[in-house]
Amino acid sequence: MLIKTKKEIPASEITPAYVYKNRREFLMGSANIALGAGALGAGLISPTALAQADGLRARAPAEINLAAKPDWLVDKVSSRSDAPANGPYNTEEALTPFQDATNYNNFFEFGNGKGDPANRAQDFKIDPWSVEIAGEVNKPGNYNLEDILQPHALEERVYRMRCVEAFSMVIPWIGFPLADLINRFEPNANARFIEFETLYDPEQMPGQAARTSSLGWPYREGLRMDEAMHPLTILAVGMYDDILPAQNGAPLRLVVPWKYGYKSIKSIVRINFRQDMPNTAWNDYASNEYGFYSNVNPQISHPRWSQATERRLPSGLFDRRIPTQLFNGYAEEVAHLYEGMDLRTYF
Amino acid sequence: MKPELAIKPIVFILLLVPALYYFYAVYLALNGENILGPDPAQALSLATGEWSIRILVAALAITPLRYLLNMPQLWNYRRMVGLFGLFYVCLHLIVFLMFLLQWQWADIGREIVERPYITIGFAAFILLLPLGLTSFKAAQRKMGRNWKKLHRLVYAINILAVLHILWVVRSSYFDAVLYGSLVSICLGYRILRKYNPVVRKFVLLK
Repeated sequence: MLIKTKKEIPASEITPAYVYKNRREFLMGSANIALGAGALGAGLISPTALAQADGLRARAPAEINLAAKPDWLVDKVSSRSDAPANGPYNTEEALTPFQDATNYNNFFEFGNGKGDPANRAQDFKIDPWSVEIAGEVNKPGNYNLEDILQPHALEERVYRMRCVEAFSMVIPWIGFPLADLINRFEPNANARFIEFETLYDPEQMPGQAARTSSLGWPYREGLRMDEAMHPLTILAVGMYDDILPAQNGAPLRLVVPWKYGYKSIKSIVRINFRQDMPNTAWNDYASNEYGFYSNVNPQISHPRWSQATERRLPSGLFDRRIPTQLFNGYAEEVAHLYEGMDLRTYF
Repeated sequence: MKPELAIKPIVFILLLVPALYYFYAVYLALNGENILGPDPAQALSLATGEWSIRILVAALAITPLRYLLNMPQLWNYRRMVGLFGLFYVCLHLIVFLMFLLQWQWADIGREIVERPYITIGFAAFILLLPLGLTSFKAAQRKMGRNWKKLHRLVYAINILAVLHILWVVRSSYFDAVLYGSLVSICLGYRILRKYNPVVRKFVLLK
């Protein structure tokens, strides 16, 4: 099932791993220098200074937008294993820089502009965070995030992310296969679909309070059980060697790389196992535009955007668009899921 | 010097500033620098579109404001603001063709036929052209009453522009509601003034 990528990418186009991986060490380093200077200025390291130091360490960097970074989650993310060198779990394509992946977002709970999530998701609280497991499972209940993640070893996955708006990124996620979580909660024979829900909290998410929003809240998405069980489908808790920033769906999000980005629901609080196909937020708004499957397909034109090509971000104004691949380049792995289905009908 | 003579060049420069900024951004892009974010083609398309509708609505608002504020000197700005509207619509179209479609002619034909919001936007552009071409004083004199009839096309153009925005709504109706309301007020005022003698008298008294 593992297929080697055939394309050769010039070495100059690839962001070396150390460039983004060093970022965090650099940030921690500068925090330590600042703390050191503070201690010198005070003339001694008082209990207050120590408390302040703890506070600073717990607080997330501004670009991550979180009220605090839970230590256990930071430790867990740093224990992740590397993405395999070859196969669909990695790509030789250049990574989208952290700066762009965290400042150019569609997360309509925080607003409609691409910069709104990074600007408005400040002090987003992810601790405590609980996830409800519901529906056709043997072990339903409310679980806190630590319990949800506890048995799962985290791994890095470098995936293409294709937005329905015809741009794309390449992002190093940190997560674990959704299949492992599904098996743990033991769905029964009736479970044929999974439905996911994003947090509903208009106080923290101003987009949910906007009267002119076209989407109904909470945001909902869904997968067929075989799509959810596919090894490419992951639940992510981190990206670029750190925990997820608020604007990218902290603390827990779905990543389904062969579908348009809006399927990869963010900030999940509910996972519901169902017998029937769930409604999804976009399908409820415009069912002729957003189908349940939403597989990346250059042949099927969306009423707003041609899907034949895409702009790989960051893009220069004069860069050529690149051809979009069927199933976003994961056809070898996932095409069999849709055998015998007319992809025009089941778009 | 009359005050409006001093103000007019200032208004001219203010309306030109956004375009100058985006020309500068394109100039930088030619030199490999980018000040428009990770998706500059999309950013330019959105920005030129927003300036187009703002200025088209501003031109449409001049007549109601002239009566409501009793400021006949506002007439002096109508042609200039209208021509700036055409200017930004042209930029918007060029950005779309050049940076989003990248001059793929086969795609351009398909986009105009297949996507209603592009069909409508393109129609608004086509309707604006004769207005731009007959905007100078000699044409106005030569056409007489017909000039006024022709230039009533701005009503249709603004309605098409709002439909264009309504059709690209993705996650929010905010822009569609905002510009839809402004255009409705501007057109509604004209209807009231034309058919309701009370309104006409009221505003003429001011």
